[in-house]
Amino acid sequence: MTRASDLASSYDLVVIGGGPAGLAAAATAARAGLTTVLFDENPGVGGQIYRGITANPIRNRAILGDDYWAGAALAAEAKASGASIVTGATVWSLDRTLGVGVSIAGQARLIQARRVIIATGSLERPFAVPGWTLPGVMTAGAAQTALKAQGLVPNGRTVLAGSGPLLWLLAAQMLRAGARLEAVFDTTPRGNWLRAALHLPDFLLSPYLAKGLALVREVKAKVRVRPAREIAAVGTDKLREVVVDGRRIPADLLLLHQGVVPNVNTAIAAGVAHRWHARQLCFVPVLDADFQSSVPGIAVAGDGAGIAGGTAAAERGRIAAIAAVRALAPNARVPDPQGARQRLQREEMGRAFLDELYRPPVALRRPEGDTIVCRCEEVTAKQIRETARLGCEGPNQMKAFLRCGMGPCQGRLCGLTVTELIAEERGRTPGDVGYYRLRPPIKPITLAELASLPISEAERKAVER
Amino acid sequence: MTRTGDVVVIGGGIHGCSTALHLALRGLKPILVEKDYAGRHASGVNAGGVRQLARDIAEIPLSISSMELWEHVQELVGDDCGFTAHGTVLVAESDAELASFKARVDDLRLRGFTHEELIGRDELKRLVPAVSDHCPGGVVSRRDGAADPFRSTQAFRKRAIEKGATVLEGVTVTGLARVGEVWRVETSDGAIEAPKVVNAAGAWADRIAAMLGEPVPLEVIAPMLMVTSRLPAFIRPVVILRGRKLSFKQLDNGTVVIGGGHLATPYRDRNETVIDWEKLSLSARTVWELFPVMRQATIVRAWAGIEASMPDGIPVVGPSGTSEGVYHQFGFSAHGFQLGPGTGAMMAELVATGATNVPIDGLDIGRFRSRFGDRIR
Repeated sequence: MTRASDLASSYDLVVIGGGPAGLAAAATAARAGLTTVLFDENPGVGGQIYRGITANPIRNRAILGDDYWAGAALAAEAKASGASIVTGATVWSLDRTLGVGVSIAGQARLIQARRVIIATGSLERPFAVPGWTLPGVMTAGAAQTALKAQGLVPNGRTVLAGSGPLLWLLAAQMLRAGARLEAVFDTTPRGNWLRAALHLPDFLLSPYLAKGLALVREVKAKVRVRPAREIAAVGTDKLREVVVDGRRIPADLLLLHQGVVPNVNTAIAAGVAHRWHARQLCFVPVLDADFQSSVPGIAVAGDGAGIAGGTAAAERGRIAAIAAVRALAPNARVPDPQGARQRLQREEMGRAFLDELYRPPVALRRPEGDTIVCRCEEVTAKQIRETARLGCEGPNQMKAFLRCGMGPCQGRLCGLTVTELIAEERGRTPGDVGYYRLRPPIKPITLAELASLPISEAERKAVER
Repeated sequence: MTRTGDVVVIGGGIHGCSTALHLALRGLKPILVEKDYAGRHASGVNAGGVRQLARDIAEIPLSISSMELWEHVQELVGDDCGFTAHGTVLVAESDAELASFKARVDDLRLRGFTHEELIGRDELKRLVPAVSDHCPGGVVSRRDGAADPFRSTQAFRKRAIEKGATVLEGVTVTGLARVGEVWRVETSDGAIEAPKVVNAAGAWADRIAAMLGEPVPLEVIAPMLMVTSRLPAFIRPVVILRGRKLSFKQLDNGTVVIGGGHLATPYRDRNETVIDWEKLSLSARTVWELFPVMRQATIVRAWAGIEASMPDGIPVVGPSGTSEGVYHQFGFSAHGFQLGPGTGAMMAELVATGATNVPIDGLDIGRFRSRFGDRIR
């Protein structure tokens, strides 16, 4: 177990996040001779897709599927590369001077990097339906975390609702693990098929088609799947019923999911320029072909660069790491990135089809009335819409009026909803409205941790007169 | 298209917005030009302290006049601006420090200022029960308090517009020249002509002054602040220290704002700052020692607003030394928020009548002339 005091004061490369992108990047860079450290806040590497890969309690490999276990090779490759893999390490600050603030077991350190690869992956898109903050309502991803890390499946009456490839994957994994699902409600709008069909030829050539069809078939064989337009969670103290298009279904657990979006917090806090991705309906960093961002020395790889899945993430990690090696050690031997680029292209081929098919409908992205949007500060859709109509032009001004996005989650649960609501009310594009300016710490730290930061003697003398 | 008005106000911070409002209240037609949006920088993201305590003698009259406006801010701008008055307490950490505070309070009394009041250990404990036992006393200014900075700046902006001011946001001043009887202000959105100009451009005010051939030794600074998650209410006044840099305040929602003047690295051309965590760590240690109740608090956010600081730590307020009809209102050196309402009222009086009843001696831009040379062209 690496302690904070074991860390060097500087590294050639700091990789933030130990999913496929981070593991591949750290392995590539360390093998080429860069002093490399990878930080991941979880107890083990793998990210969400390969969560728990190095210490999984589940013996039956069929439950999580072959794609999951492919992560073990990546984890082993990173471990063998000579990179320092530090788990339980929360990166709470990254800035444009490539200073990295990290905490391990309550001890904080500042580290200087020469290059940084942000590989913080994705988050589930906000799914703010009435009652989503009730106990008994979770994201599907949270349920998957419990399954992968602890081998836990829910034992009450469980309802799954939403859309997207991961919804089907989770349903299949839970059913294999013995969970009982009352129903799966598919909120994918039927009209999406028309727009998606334009991208069908590419999708037919991608590896997703056969896998996707097999998953859907597997789920439909075991559980009722119904189309749905409106979802609400009902209950006073906790979830009692799920109301779907007026029909009431008694339930103990509602799992919601409508796709994933890049986790932009680290990159935005570091000053990386972002743009609105109209097809994926989210903000993505502006990157070049090597995944280098607008901030010199900072690259963003993996799903944080735009959603493309785990296999693509690893290729992006390799490409970003090769660029870092070439910049810092021109004579070091690295693989030609061309191979990774070709594999990446193949992975990305079916993405447009999936994006269009699983595009969440407006009604489930832009709530109305008393539905909570910002959970930390309990701000409703109505408040945000009214404040926008009164002239508030962006999420940062909105913070000052309603405090939305100012709680401990730093906008992770509400950012996109707030941007979309303001854009709708003011008749502008989400890109024009923009996103929260995010302030460090990217993850909250305690006053005690901050006080634990070693301070140079010069700094102490300079400020204590 | 060339816009015309009576006064061009450059800068949409609390000062520019207040000056625009007070000009409009006098029946003039001000046009305010802001390169970002009102309250984007220091005015919107400062600690919100509304403090008369521990000010330089030269700015006390402005501060006192400002306090009267804060106490009636609802009537002035139609919004309470989140203003509450639970006092500011300057805490002494040693007997020697308390003795120096006493000398200051005595000096103020001789000058006729009574807002600062020396307190001993018992009164300190009564006002700030959570303070560490090693503190022997302090100074309190009981009418002081705090307000919500962005909301306040926006409220002044809104009321200025309601009273007839024009506010142009996202518009940058690119040039400034005297054309006959008026000033022609070139902007990214066309020219504006007006007989008078007020330079309230904060961290960018030196660039406006330079356009007038009036360079000033302005330093761009970014004082850092951090805020905790919600804690049970334990402190009402704003607390500040002298020996170590700290300001400390619990908001009504339970969050605690910690500041005190440690500086981030500003990048004013990018509207960005980079936090200096080593310095914030010093603030964390100070809080750790002073308020044991805070030790397990969680830091949720740290930030810094970009603003102007002058070498002597007091602002530049008054007429330009080179350019007839131009007035300066900048360089508030990390303590300008409280001064906004009163300075705006004073500036509007000065612009409209050529004189003001509020003493601003010692704040003239001329004090930098000998260092920087007269009329550098």
